[in-house]
Amino acid sequence: MRHTISRLSAGSGLVLTSAAVAMAQVNPTASSVNEEALLRALQSGEAVGGRVSIPNTDAGALIAPDNQLWAAMQGTTLPTLSIVAVLGTLALLVLFYLFRGRVRIEGGYSGRKILRFNAVERFAHWMLASTFIILALTGLNLIIGRTIILPLIGEGAFGTLTAWGKIAHNYLAWPFMAALIMVFLLWVIHNIPGKIDLEWIKQGGGILKKGVHPPARKFNFGQKIVFWAVILGGAAMSYTGFMLLFPTEAGSAADWQFYQVIHALVAAGMSALILGHIYIGTVGMEGAFDAMGTGEVDENWAREHHSLWVDEVKGTQARNNARATPAE
Amino acid sequence: MARMKFLCDADRCIECNACVTACKNEHEVPWGINRRRVVTINDGLPGERSVSMACMHCTDAPCAAVCPVSCFYTTADAVVLHNKDTCIGCGYCSYACPFGAPQYPQTANFGTRGKMDKCTYCSGGPEADLSAAEYQKYGANRLAEGKLPLCAEMCSTKSLLAGDGDIIAEIYRERVVTRGYGSGAWGWRTAYGETVSV
Repeated sequence: MRHTISRLSAGSGLVLTSAAVAMAQVNPTASSVNEEALLRALQSGEAVGGRVSIPNTDAGALIAPDNQLWAAMQGTTLPTLSIVAVLGTLALLVLFYLFRGRVRIEGGYSGRKILRFNAVERFAHWMLASTFIILALTGLNLIIGRTIILPLIGEGAFGTLTAWGKIAHNYLAWPFMAALIMVFLLWVIHNIPGKIDLEWIKQGGGILKKGVHPPARKFNFGQKIVFWAVILGGAAMSYTGFMLLFPTEAGSAADWQFYQVIHALVAAGMSALILGHIYIGTVGMEGAFDAMGTGEVDENWAREHHSLWVDEVKGTQARNNARATPAE
Repeated sequence: MARMKFLCDADRCIECNACVTACKNEHEVPWGINRRRVVTINDGLPGERSVSMACMHCTDAPCAAVCPVSCFYTTADAVVLHNKDTCIGCGYCSYACPFGAPQYPQTANFGTRGKMDKCTYCSGGPEADLSAAEYQKYGANRLAEGKLPLCAEMCSTKSLLAGDGDIIAEIYRERVVTRGYGSGAWGWRTAYGETVSV
């Protein structure tokens, strides 16, 4: 009996020993996933992820460290660049104004008017301009409003203002795009760069010195630059903006972040450009605003800045007059 | 004051989803919003691990860095909360968050997301503690009652830990030393810039 027991205990001891050996051999974590290894193997823009049992499969992305890169971009880099673009341009314009002053009509007002932009052209321009200004201000507010406006009016009022701004930004994007197409169709024919533009570049646009007026047709080379920058920049804004509005079309989160950065960078560039455009169309040059105001410019202004265009218009007028004159 | 953190010991998580259910029930979270979810990595393969994840209440929270209306704030317990009255539902925080924490009550297109909702570490929002308005917008405020987040409190395997970062890190460290393995303090490196060294 005792023998049996000792044999049994010896046997059980043997079983225990072999179990211990087996446990030492089978490492329960040998193939286990490990956070550090997964993070190290991660490619740029990727997330450590897996399966979730809820319907939203996007929730399977567990850790996406690169989202922090975009956060730093949106939180620090883009606000800095936007402020530099806007304030830098304003400072340059003030300096330019102090240096050059207002560009006067050297011949003075002649009192004779020439139609420069008809009602359709002015409608397209002002639809583009008014929507752009609201889009630019509401967009800028999303980037730097919390630094500049929030401390002034408080969190509650700023939240309400920005919520309305967001709605305006989302909905006015569409008339902006419509106006962009209109402006493109109306003016593309006048904005093809030509040989005459070389002369304009050589004379620095005539803007730095008094009495220098390079010849130009309906649009000079500076205006052509503005035109193409607005068309291409506006197209980029429209495309990226569409992706931001419809994130399910944009693709992954990393794609959306890419579109957002492009949107903000192009917006900063366009804001700087348009500030310059507004300057030269108002305080910077005498007689310039009439072109988009009443649509009619003074003949002396037109001769100084768009000499060849005046000849074209006058030529057409003369021909029309000639045709209208009854034969005697 | 404590520096509150979550730590999910994935070597103990059995993907029962009770933390998810407890969270939904405690805060009466609307359908479609998941303040917490369980992700299974290498599902069905040897060595698969499940991680319960919610807002990690980051140090230098990226959501707060991108919020256009600055609706985020950090409490004395280092919990990251937000003000739904200020939130404009732009969605930026969801693109900044490495953990997919921000949730929205509506579909995502055309800026119609609605006010953002996320894990509050069971500590409500800017409204008065334990008020009806706070419960309606943010859910229960267990911290104000001296309790820890429910998800961790009722975790059957004590995989999900909540509490002061130093204390739960020490518990996890002891576990790893005792059993001889650990798959890591998931999300810590990303959220706090440091992990639990064993």
